[in-house]
This record gives sequence, structure tokens and C-alpha cells, in this order.
Amino acid sequence: MAEVKLFRAWSSPFPLRIVWALEVKGIEYDMIYEDLSNKSSMLLQYNPVYKKVPVLLHKGKPISESLVILEYIEETWKSKTPSLLPGDPYQRAMARFWAKFGDDKILPLIWEAFIKQGKDQEEALIAAHENLKYLEVELRGKKFLGGETVGFADLTFGWLANLVSVFEEIAGVTLIDHEKFPLLLTWMKNFMDAPKIRETWPPRDKLINHFRALRETLIAKEPK
Amino acid sequence: MGDQVKLIATPQSLPCCRVEWALKLKEVDYEYIEEDLRNKSAFLLESNPIHKKVPVLLHAGKPIVESLVILEYIEETWKDKYPLLSDDPHERAMARFWAKFGDEKCVVGAFGAAWLTEGEEKNKAIESAQESLAFLEKQIEGKKYFGGEQIGFLDLAVGWIPHWLKALEEVGEMKVLDPGRFPSLHEWGQNFLEIPLIKNSLPPREKVVEYFNAGRSYKRSLEAANKP
Repeated sequence: MAEVKLFRAWSSPFPLRIVWALEVKGIEYDMIYEDLSNKSSMLLQYNPVYKKVPVLLHKGKPISESLVILEYIEETWKSKTPSLLPGDPYQRAMARFWAKFGDDKILPLIWEAFIKQGKDQEEALIAAHENLKYLEVELRGKKFLGGETVGFADLTFGWLANLVSVFEEIAGVTLIDHEKFPLLLTWMKNFMDAPKIRETWPPRDKLINHFRALRETLIAKEPK
Repeated sequence: MGDQVKLIATPQSLPCCRVEWALKLKEVDYEYIEEDLRNKSAFLLESNPIHKKVPVLLHAGKPIVESLVILEYIEETWKDKYPLLSDDPHERAMARFWAKFGDEKCVVGAFGAAWLTEGEEKNKAIESAQESLAFLEKQIEGKKYFGGEQIGFLDLAVGWIPHWLKALEEVGEMKVLDPGRFPSLHEWGQNFLEIPLIKNSLPPREKVVEYFNAGRSYKRSLEAANKP
């Protein structure tokens, strides 16, 4: 039994970041799958504040919030390469900035564009594109945001690589197009081809079924 | 230019103050560049083109934005003086977790409640903000500071509570940090404000009240302007 346990839900992008970090660094861990519609008492005990996944349990102590967990992994297993964060404080600040930007600005807007329809969807997409433009510029001359190998910020944006095409297929809309975001699309391809990434992500058909059902439920709940 | 440190900031802004406290604790010399947020300077827009907000720390000409990111940068750059974070990864994770929680739940909750007019919605918002503060109350129980015997990262991150929350309570005509319900948090707040470095750098409360009121009027005028 490994001394590291990861509470996750199979479809959620946040725990997947942690799976990628642990796999890429070769850290042994046990996976505990949660059914988010029926959360275990263990999850509620380990994350009483947010009651969410991921939760990393290391030597019995829980840590929540994916970006906090990534920093913890980086600091605890210092000798395990590759490093997720560079050595230089300014570069580290940039990685943390982009990770926060992704979670605060990109992810919620792409999600909105996925689950809404009509004018709401259009507006969410315009806002998402406004923010994605900054990412497109940041990717100039870079293979990954972390440089030559996948790093902290790349892991945070990794959901783009496996979920955007799923969302596009379900909603029948192009979320990230070739003309506006060529570098981002190249980054998505490089990310998916990086070691340990594609082999650990959930099967596409399962994701499609799951998110299609979720979208239909959310649309049905919308006030007419 | 060399290693010069500049801070683009507004005196009453809570994320700006937490950065100043960190710089002062580490005895870093810096140039303070005051920003008028209703008339943003070209320098600010160039230094923080994405968010267009304060604080911005410039070190040897390179800008860093987002106050908690700036705190981490300060900690890692000026390592020799006054550590803000423990060496232990788990304690560091806890400080980061609660700092994020403080911003996402307590700041948002308190401001949200302040702007609502009296009524059931406002009462619910106050209760929700208090539920968030209850988690911080538990964290500080039995400790002098969140950082232990001296203030650290988390104290700076939630250091807005004893001073700015009071101003917000005045502006929002509400009571959130009830000493009866949050005795440990209240006592921590009093201890925090007594620290000379903190006490001497606090913006006057009337100025903070004025700043919040101005922010609310400005937001409302933008909303009114956007109405068809």
C-alpha cells in the first residue's frame, strides 16, 4: 500500500492534474475514486471546507486544492525529476500567474460556452477568446509553458488537451479554432504527446457520454 | 536600474498592503508608485496588461502581479530575512490553502454581503461570510498568530480582517466579525494590529471607508451606464 493516496473522480480535470504530476515524477500512489453524487465520509472528513476532489493524503495528512497539491508534490519529492517549477523566482512567479489565470479566466468561460446556448454561449465564447489571446501570445517560441518539458502551468491547462474536443463535439460549436489560436492548438498536441499524459486520461467515449448527460441536465434547469 | 524594486499600489487597497507588509518585514527598499484606479496610468496598463490592477511589483524592471503570487516571489527572492513560510511542505501547503480560501471565500463573501441592501438576501450573505470565517476561527484557536510565534504568509494574507473588515462593516451597515462568535480570530486581529510594522502602515479607517464607498459608486455608475 502506497503512502500516498489520491481521492479523485474519474471525469474531473482537477484531480487529473495530480495524476499527471505523480505519474510524471514516478511517485507511487493509490487511487480512490469518488462518486461525486454520493461523497464518501472519508472525503468529507479530509476536505470539510470544499468537500471536493482532488484530495492528496500523504502519511495520513490531507491536502486539498489542486494548485496547492502540485506545489506540495514539488516540495516534498524534491529529488524526483522532472521539476514542475523552474529554479528562478521570476519564472516560478510566471508559472503561478498563468496557472491562476487559467483557472480564474479560461476554464470557467470555456465551461460557460459549453453549457450555455444562444446569446449566453456567444458572449462566453467571446470572453474566453479575449483571454485565450494572452495565452496564445505567451506560447510564442515555446514548446510548453514550462519550457522544454511539461511544467506547473502546462498541467493546469492540460484539461484543454482532452476536454475541448469533447465539448466541441457535444455542443456542436468550435471553441478553439485554427486561425485564431494556432500556437495553442500546437501546444495541445505537444501536451497530449508528452510522457504519461494521454495514457492516464479517461477514455473519450466515456467523457462524451458523461458530459453530454451533464450538459443536458444543466440546460434543462435553465429558466426559460 | 539594477535590482531596483518598485511597487505600483493604492494605499487603501488590501492586496497592496499585504505586499507592503511582506517587503517591510524583509527590509526590502522599494519605491512606492501611487496609482489612481479611476484614471489608470500608462505605466500600470503596460505592467499589468491582462488584469490592469494593483498591486504590481517590479523587480529589475520585470513585473509580477497577483498579490499571493507576489508574496511567494518576495519569499523566494529575499530568502535571508524573515521567512514567511515554514520549511515543512505540509505547513506550507496549509498556509497556501488557507490564504486561497481567505481570498475566495472570506473576501468575496464579506464584500458581497456589504454591497447588498438590507433584507433576507443580505442576512444570508452575512451568514455565509461568517461560516467561512468560522473555518479561520478554528485554525487560529490556541495560536498567537497563524504563523505561530510570529506572523507569516497566512497572517499577511488574512491581515485585512481586523482593519478592512471593520471598514466594510461600516460601509455595509452590518456586523460580521462578532467577537462573541469569533473570540480567537478577534484576539488574533487585535494582536496583529498591535505589531508596530503593521500599525504604522495601516491606512486610516476613514480613508478605507471612503475608498470602498467610491468603489461601490463607481461600479454602480458603470452598471447604470451599461443599462439599455
